[in-house]
Amino acid sequence: MTDTTAILDHLTAEQDEAAGLEHGIKADEWDRLITRLNRKPNLVELGIYSVMWSEHCSYKSSRRHLSKFPTKNARVIQGPGENAGVIDIGDGQAAIFKMESHNHPSYIEPYQGAATGVGGILRDVFTMGARPIALVNALRFGSPDHPKTRNLVAGVVAGIGGYGNCVGVPTVAGETQFDEGYNGNILVNAMAVGLADQDKIFYARGATPGNPIFYVGSKTGRDGIHGATMASAEFSEGDEEKRPTVQVGDPFTEKLLIEACLELMATDAIQAIQDMGAAGLTSSSVEMAASGGENGEGIGVVMDLDKVPQREEGMTAYEIMLSESQERMLMVLYPDKIDVAKQIFNKYDLDAEVIGETTDSGHLVLKQFGQVVCDIPVAPLADDAPNYDRPWNEPPKRAPLDITKYPEPADYGETLLKLMSSPDMASKRWVWEQYDRHVMGDTIDSSQSGGDAAIVRIHNTNKALAICSDCNPHYVAADPYEGGKAVVAEAYRNLTAVGASPIAITDNLNFGNPEKPNTMGYIVKAIEGMAEACRELDFPVVSGNVSLYNETDGVAIPPTPVVGGVGLIEDLAKTATLKGAQPGDMLYVIGETAGALGASLYARVVLGLKGEDAGAPPPVNLAEEVRIGGFVRSLIERGLVNAVHDVSDGGIACAAAEMALASGCGVTLVPDRDPEETRSEPGLFGEDQGRYLIAATEDQCREWESHGFLPAVLGNFGGDSIVLRTGTGKDGTEYTVPLKTLRDAHEGWLPTYMNSVD
Amino acid sequence: MKTAVIVFPGSNCDRDAHDALLKVTGKAPAMVWHKDGTIPDGTDFVMVPGGFSYGDYLRCGAIAGNSPVISQLKAHAERGGYVLGVCNGFQILCETGLLPGALMRNASLHFVCKPQPLTVETANTAFTSAYQGRDDVVIPIAHHDGNYYADDATLDRIEGEGHVAFRYAKGSNPNGSARDIAGILSTNGRVLGLMPHPERAIGGHEGGEDGLALFESLLTAA
Repeated sequence: MTDTTAILDHLTAEQDEAAGLEHGIKADEWDRLITRLNRKPNLVELGIYSVMWSEHCSYKSSRRHLSKFPTKNARVIQGPGENAGVIDIGDGQAAIFKMESHNHPSYIEPYQGAATGVGGILRDVFTMGARPIALVNALRFGSPDHPKTRNLVAGVVAGIGGYGNCVGVPTVAGETQFDEGYNGNILVNAMAVGLADQDKIFYARGATPGNPIFYVGSKTGRDGIHGATMASAEFSEGDEEKRPTVQVGDPFTEKLLIEACLELMATDAIQAIQDMGAAGLTSSSVEMAASGGENGEGIGVVMDLDKVPQREEGMTAYEIMLSESQERMLMVLYPDKIDVAKQIFNKYDLDAEVIGETTDSGHLVLKQFGQVVCDIPVAPLADDAPNYDRPWNEPPKRAPLDITKYPEPADYGETLLKLMSSPDMASKRWVWEQYDRHVMGDTIDSSQSGGDAAIVRIHNTNKALAICSDCNPHYVAADPYEGGKAVVAEAYRNLTAVGASPIAITDNLNFGNPEKPNTMGYIVKAIEGMAEACRELDFPVVSGNVSLYNETDGVAIPPTPVVGGVGLIEDLAKTATLKGAQPGDMLYVIGETAGALGASLYARVVLGLKGEDAGAPPPVNLAEEVRIGGFVRSLIERGLVNAVHDVSDGGIACAAAEMALASGCGVTLVPDRDPEETRSEPGLFGEDQGRYLIAATEDQCREWESHGFLPAVLGNFGGDSIVLRTGTGKDGTEYTVPLKTLRDAHEGWLPTYMNSVD
Repeated sequence: MKTAVIVFPGSNCDRDAHDALLKVTGKAPAMVWHKDGTIPDGTDFVMVPGGFSYGDYLRCGAIAGNSPVISQLKAHAERGGYVLGVCNGFQILCETGLLPGALMRNASLHFVCKPQPLTVETANTAFTSAYQGRDDVVIPIAHHDGNYYADDATLDRIEGEGHVAFRYAKGSNPNGSARDIAGILSTNGRVLGLMPHPERAIGGHEGGEDGLALFESLLTAA
């Protein structure tokens, strides 16, 4: 028999500033709390404040800067502020998508951390009424030489696959990179894309007083308590001991939850809905209350925690409210729909209970064992949460890289092999073969072809979504403003390269400790650069997530603002990929080549440059991106290309090599260069922005009606080797790399690495 | 041809199976929820789709193999009805005893999803007649437990009776499966268990179209 009196005394005991500090509430925040509450909080209340005011839930360091992002265009139905962003894709349908990080849990417990990251982002999407149709992940690990890296890669990949494969949503795209800057703090960013009818979209907002609050899904256990707080503090060596705060995922229950929720959503039973993610029952109930009311004026909530389905005995109100047990949802139902809802969840053997109701009090009231254990106003937990203008320093400008200080490669063939088999460029087949890419029967193109963006058909139509994820943290570290622009511009190019019209992005901003002015400077400038690109490209942010405090022992990760892009393909007959090059095709480049090697793959991998020595990144001309992007899309639409590929890491040489590998056809490459230029590596490996490689016949090219673009011929496809021609005339040299040699090097690195033993 | 697809909690290829059958037969299959559904009278063909029935908890297919719908499935098979189990469906058919052997964890211990070259071992079955003259096909696989195992006597018998329908092409065994077996038939030749996903290879997307002939074969058989 539980001694309820002792538990209640413990829960309702008045807390002091020291207890606040233990909960991560700093002195100024404690003062704010006391002012808002007009008294000291008890333990349950303090726990709730601590999670709601955590960086993870409140965005207190980034909110004022995030407001710089454009969030609307003609197709945006719902921007940031709901569970996910919603865009109009025509014919009464909507795409709903978001990206979210699960960095800290994945470092501590890679399998479960990554798995629950996938589960969480799926819930954000189906909470809104969408059937999830695609998963994407952006992974960043430490140096391959670091003793933990191999285990982390294996665990994270198995976790993502274990969850996504089981729920039956294809994992269609992603990126995997390695850098010593992530040695103590890997990044696991997962994106989900769903499909809904525009008249069946569900929101967290809009609940009105007097309606039942319905809890569905898994039972609540003690797992993940204070996960949100953990994600809001720096790490130190030995934090693996925080394993108990990592949640455990159950993809089987998630699959049932998807089916049950979508079935219920077809019945007009739900007034508002919110999944239980970080800070579980606390944030879901507070967010629904804060955005409740007919005009969003906010409502109150009363919940009887004894009615919450529980997995363990003797759980206290504090534990129930802070648990991050997975696969749970909170809904506000219309009162006459309780039976319908219970029937549906019963079919799937899921727990479903009415645990409270909405009120007009504006307060969050919680009861346990018949007694009130929490009674606090909702507003200070949400809209009125702390909002800091953190001091920041202007990041230092880097000098451009002076390539003449370094010797030209002795053998360009060897250099190409080295780049193509470097950890960042090498094939990630070992990763994506562990993901089910084909379930749901609509995967037109995925990681399997190594293309710029995945193409996922909209079921039973001839339309498709193009989906990609991008970030070059080396550019952002070198110049956060230009680097931030480049992140968004690359997503724009990747969608364009498959023939899609770019519509909107979700962002996942991964940075270090915002309380350090130098780190904050990168956050501010990267956001400003990204915002500028979003504006100029009409490519707004519709959802996102901020992950700060990615530091271990005081060392921050490289600034890594990842974006997930979504574009629309109106006619599947009018797409392109990188794999369609035919023998006899010419290779063209569209866009200017200046030979920018600063912060490039070549500078890092071949010259071994790090930090300031690697120089400034290539600038991004956004007006040109729009102009060139439009031209490339028009070529694809008119069927005047055989293959298209965006030029990014490793420049033209690596992009052409990827096209050759994907097409199974060799290519001879003559760098696009100034005749005065005596060296070839800037033209071959430079990473100037705004460029696309195109394979097309000369007949196709004649039809291009150039629109002011003079397509430069770079070479031609044919044979079974990559041939790089450098120099001019008699001084010219040819370097030949057989496709098989290139393929073995490109495909070989990751499996060899994963199968070797330290 | 009248068809049905059984849906277990955790099935996730049920919609793909539905779409493939609709495309080939021109008629939507009955979707049978395992708990309350009965297989409609006059059904010619039942598909047990892939996925993770009951989360693969306990052992792949073990819990589904004891679901209420299984007695109906067995009765259908005993009447000489056609049954196709794909991936998790194959695992379930082995658990029910409708097919011999078992599917163990892949030898690599990893989940594997890729286009898989296969050899059609015989075009002389209800499931493979439309592959006549096409010995080599590519159909995608996606599984963690596709490593087919049976004792030597059983394997000899299956091979002797000509009941190996598909093998992984020489040198491409993705999971350690005994004698490269990818799909086997029951003694009466009317129940097929298959690890590759023919319903993901019906044309128009990354899976290709080499699975179509399997469903077309059934059209002529049933």
